[in-house]
Amino acid sequence: MAYSSEDLATMDSIIKRYPRSRSAIMPLLHFVQSRIGFVNGEGIELIAQLLTLEAAEVSAVATFYTQYKRTPVGEYHVGVCTNTLCAVMGGDAIFAGLKEHLGVENDGVTADGKVSLEHIECNAACDYAPVVMANWEFYDNQTVESAKDLVDSMRSGNPKPPTRGPDTLVTWKEVSAVLAGINDGKANEGLQAGAPTLLGLKISKEGK
Amino acid sequence: MTKLVPVLSAHWDEKDSFTIEAYTRHGGYKASQKALAMDPDAVIQLVKDSGLRGRGGAGFPTGMKWGFIPQGDNKEHYLVVNADESEPGTCKDTPLMMANPHVLIEGCIIAAHAIRAKHAFIYIRGEVTHVVRRVNQAIEDAYKAGHLGNGIEIVLHVGAGAYICGEETALLDSLEGFRGQPRLRPPFPAIAGLYAMPTVVNNVESIASVPAIILNGAEWYQSMGTEKSKGTTLYSLSGHVKNPGQFEAPLGITLRELLELAGGVREGHRLKFWTPGGSSTPIFTDAHLDIPLDYEGVAAAGSMLGTKALQIFDETTSIIRAVLRWTEFYKHESCGKCTPCREGTWWLVQILRDLDAGIGTEEDLNKLLDICDNIAGRSFCALADGAVAPIISSLKYFRQEYLDQLANKGPLFDPMDSTLFVSAKAGA
Repeated sequence: MAYSSEDLATMDSIIKRYPRSRSAIMPLLHFVQSRIGFVNGEGIELIAQLLTLEAAEVSAVATFYTQYKRTPVGEYHVGVCTNTLCAVMGGDAIFAGLKEHLGVENDGVTADGKVSLEHIECNAACDYAPVVMANWEFYDNQTVESAKDLVDSMRSGNPKPPTRGPDTLVTWKEVSAVLAGINDGKANEGLQAGAPTLLGLKISKEGK
Repeated sequence: MTKLVPVLSAHWDEKDSFTIEAYTRHGGYKASQKALAMDPDAVIQLVKDSGLRGRGGAGFPTGMKWGFIPQGDNKEHYLVVNADESEPGTCKDTPLMMANPHVLIEGCIIAAHAIRAKHAFIYIRGEVTHVVRRVNQAIEDAYKAGHLGNGIEIVLHVGAGAYICGEETALLDSLEGFRGQPRLRPPFPAIAGLYAMPTVVNNVESIASVPAIILNGAEWYQSMGTEKSKGTTLYSLSGHVKNPGQFEAPLGITLRELLELAGGVREGHRLKFWTPGGSSTPIFTDAHLDIPLDYEGVAAAGSMLGTKALQIFDETTSIIRAVLRWTEFYKHESCGKCTPCREGTWWLVQILRDLDAGIGTEEDLNKLLDICDNIAGRSFCALADGAVAPIISSLKYFRQEYLDQLANKGPLFDPMDSTLFVSAKAGA
């Protein structure tokens, strides 16, 4: 059993957030990823048991959403936005550069298990294009070179911090706990906003 | 020249803008105090009078939506905030929640009071971890300060990567613990929403606009904007502009004015095409620079204001590559429930991939339009309508480029020319 009594208590508290227990499927799947790194059969069975559902019902949900992984990803999961705007601004070149640099294809994991790579859709940071996400933290205004440096820093065990995010990049499992709604105490770290976010305000204060 | 009016964004430049201390310093939680002392119907009337319309894309009057919730029905009512910002080009709610999550919490308290809901849910997309942290912390701090827990509870719910969950009924299914697939309407969420109870689903920016309206009054809000599009809103400029970013302005500002503020199209280039409100809104060209960017103005010109996500592309960009990539997105994000959308987007991608490689005949362009005609309006939700928007509008304005690419039997543009790296080199 991969889950401690403390884990089970946390899962119980997640279920209690909702008026109806089934609503807890998604945070519980994020929680399973925070413990195992991906959604495995044991995790599906456990959630089904906790919510009095069939495993197939939980599995149906887990397979619908792209953030739930059915096989292990890297300690640092890197997503390169290749939706139109980022692709045009350089996302395609960054993605191609990283595939070559890491020697993996889309959804691939490096042999050391440190980095996995995925091309992602629009991540709501278009004014910071081209955008790279790592463990779903923002790395803004990337180039092919800066993205290669980023993954190198991950592989050497000292990942560069996000542009808009906490002071240090936390692991995939740690981020999954945050997505399960567990407060990791890092909300006050990092910028409140980057320069593009503040541009209109700045211009307005200059009297324009 | 339209002046920028920062209301939502007024204090984003303060380093601690996301904390409850900063929010309170600027009068935060006074609006909810005022609203909670008002009759709920009076709050709804005030928001109706303000003219506030939904900022998530459809532009439906917010107060009217609240007014649709049946009263005295002895049912639980729910407020659900759609924070699943995923429409390509759209990047306003994410920085808003990162810089000032408390204005969203306070808006929730007011809206929940108005519609007589005890529970509010904030559904945030799962790919923005730091936004999740900030909103989660804001909820905790609002409980500690006693703003929550006295009759109104807020639950943060984090998505897991599905564009379709930005569609309100798919979002509700997702929140109930199912695959996020849209529901057939009617019944609308106001009658049978979350757990089949009366539910209001509002966009982040809509809810965040409410506290200032309560404090400053409907007339103040009415004084900004145009005849039927009131107030200020966040315009997001991205792409081939010198200085991309967020610009909060009264509704009705034009792209020409916004471009001037953003320093113009990137150095040495000219505007080719742009989206007024995300990839699901038909594209515009340099002939549309002076259209007032309000709900009516953009609609009259054949598109939609949408999320005010202005994605700017210059003359180095292949329209076919851009449209192909958007179409691949819609194919990937189609939830698969409705056959025309599931199968149709697949076929659109096949044809566009060929066209992008310069393979095909003019007849393929007609086939694209024919397939679009068989997808749009034939599915439960608007994803299919969004999927055909870039295709139809690109063929309207750039049919010749499609033909030229076919005649060329290959791409007309070098993708490297449109990247930022090229301009960095040129500027160095």
